[in-house]
Amino acid sequence: MGLAESILLTIATAATPLLIAALGELVVERSGVLNLGVEGMMVIGAVCGFAGAALSGSPWIGVLCGVLAGALFSLLFGVLTITVATNQVATGLSLTLLGLGLSGLIGESFVGSPGLRLPNLYVPGLTDIPLVGRLLFGQDPIFYISILLLIGVSWFLFRTRTGLTLRAIGDSHASAHALGIEVVAYRYAAVLFGGACAGLAGAHLSLVYTPQWVENMTAGRGWIALALVVFASWRPMRILFGAYLFGAVSIGQLHAQALGVGIPSQFLSALPYLATVVVLVIISRNRRLTMMNTPASLGQPFVPER
Amino acid sequence: MRFELVRRPERSALFSALSPFLAFGLTLIAGAILFALIGQNPVNALYSYFVEPLTEIWSLHELAIKAAPLILIAVGLTICYRSNNWNIGAEGQFIIGGIVGSILPVLYPEFQSPLVLPLMLLMGMVGGAVYAAVPAFLKARFNTNEILTSLMLVYVAQLLLDWLVRGPWRNPGGMNFPETRQFDAQAVLPELFPSSGRANWGIVFALVAAVLAWLMLSRTLKGFEIRVMGASPRAARFAGFSAKRMVFFVFLLSGALAGLAGISEVSGAIGQLRPTISPGYGFTAIIVAFLGRLNPLGAVAAGLLLALTYLGGEAAQISLGVSEKVARVFQGMLLFFVLGCDTLIHYRIRRVAQAIAPSSITDTPAASSSEAAALEAGGTGGAR
Repeated sequence: MGLAESILLTIATAATPLLIAALGELVVERSGVLNLGVEGMMVIGAVCGFAGAALSGSPWIGVLCGVLAGALFSLLFGVLTITVATNQVATGLSLTLLGLGLSGLIGESFVGSPGLRLPNLYVPGLTDIPLVGRLLFGQDPIFYISILLLIGVSWFLFRTRTGLTLRAIGDSHASAHALGIEVVAYRYAAVLFGGACAGLAGAHLSLVYTPQWVENMTAGRGWIALALVVFASWRPMRILFGAYLFGAVSIGQLHAQALGVGIPSQFLSALPYLATVVVLVIISRNRRLTMMNTPASLGQPFVPER
Repeated sequence: MRFELVRRPERSALFSALSPFLAFGLTLIAGAILFALIGQNPVNALYSYFVEPLTEIWSLHELAIKAAPLILIAVGLTICYRSNNWNIGAEGQFIIGGIVGSILPVLYPEFQSPLVLPLMLLMGMVGGAVYAAVPAFLKARFNTNEILTSLMLVYVAQLLLDWLVRGPWRNPGGMNFPETRQFDAQAVLPELFPSSGRANWGIVFALVAAVLAWLMLSRTLKGFEIRVMGASPRAARFAGFSAKRMVFFVFLLSGALAGLAGISEVSGAIGQLRPTISPGYGFTAIIVAFLGRLNPLGAVAAGLLLALTYLGGEAAQISLGVSEKVARVFQGMLLFFVLGCDTLIHYRIRRVAQAIAPSSITDTPAASSSEAAALEAGGTGGAR
């Protein structure tokens, strides 16, 4: 396996959780809900995924646990922001804080225990094709799920009636409600989908990326996923680009650390975070682009009047 | 039977006062359930969590030590959030305050003067303020989301501190431990009552800051501007208040207070720089600000309560063998319940009979999860 091929493979592995979590959050924000709890749901998905795999002995059951735990955790956010109409920014923050605390407690007995890794795909013949075989047919299963999710979310949002309705709710929940659309039900569905995606992304971290449990192992990836949604101006295909860009930055800095380029490792580790800031600045400079694409009722509480 | 929210004509003064207590009560109940689940006697556990730390003088001192940074940071965040600016990077500003404030005792230990400590505190504040100015500038100039930028800078600050204490600032005589030299006596924040415990001047700074912030918020034009900006940005614009200047004002203020908290912690409770100087004070302070009803004086009470959860966590770990990580869960739950109870200030709950509301908007979560499946399957229009 060549160096270039192995670098491309690790970039895909680093980008996959970002892509999945950001796609989930994109659907949530398109419905007009801002869930800042991605980091919390992701870390819950990571710990439950790891625990599920460790206890059952099957990494697939771990993945399932991660997805379910993420969705269940997002329900907490849904009940508060959608039914009880709390401030979405504050509630999302508290979801992250609670998730980080709870995952530490759940994962305490799993620290240092050996992890299970989800096996890579292997298609006889195809995977062995030189250069492209491993890239196309030899990656972890969640990578393929992320690509399917990308296609599914784009198709759903822009090619189906339900997707159109969801976007309409995000742009004006009051008008949608007046038209007889069940705003609350759509938003619950979107929030649960976002939670399941964040959970899957977390499970990828603890079952593929680094198959072990370390406290706070998401290390801000949930926040980077949130930034990716802004960066992508709420368009699924642009999230693909953003996620792989960030994957490349984080893998690039790891390789630079391994090569020992003479820059302190902490400075290199800070690169993905600084890159997020820079990218956000570049995107938000263009005020019109941001204004045009932001779901108009994003973050505003909604209580149906009757 | 279903419940729905009905907007009150005006905010309820009763629930405004009651909601933090209601939230604390609910947290205690949820905590009892949590302890029962992990096989502890709930009454014993809650006792050692919330009462035991208050029974000894020395642990009251520890309470003051933990409450000081929480209150200092939360007072700044209160003002920030009141003006609708979301600084959630206080943890980073705390760390930078600790670093910049430590420049004198770490790099110039030969500089001996009674001025050292005041200079350190001042430099800590400047450091925190400058670090907070970055997201403020990006928001004012480029309209960049301050939540994400201020948070990203937390990770950068943590890495910077890690590099300093392992690299250029490491104590040459410290057996390679990742820490700076111990501060000299003149660079250490004095204790208030050295005979009975460790509490230092940090808690005094916190109380003074809370009172000053409260006076500013309720008695000055600047405070009025902040409140208008938060309640109605449009009205603030018509009144001629500048949103950009406000962003800088509240970020610099909250950054300076977080920086002061950082250098107070480093020079008071720790006495040197280490790779980790905060058990998440900057994030817990967000809970303090909300629990304190976004009122600086409320932040004092809330800060003491949250400090108690840190102490209780340590106490419960020693006396019951419960993981101290339970404290983080308590803190998270508390914020959830506060936010939920706050809804009662603006809305009242009305009971609706099932029959008249078959298509009620307040859908149950169970009904929606089946819909989630429909959504994911991409069913067109079949969601209803």
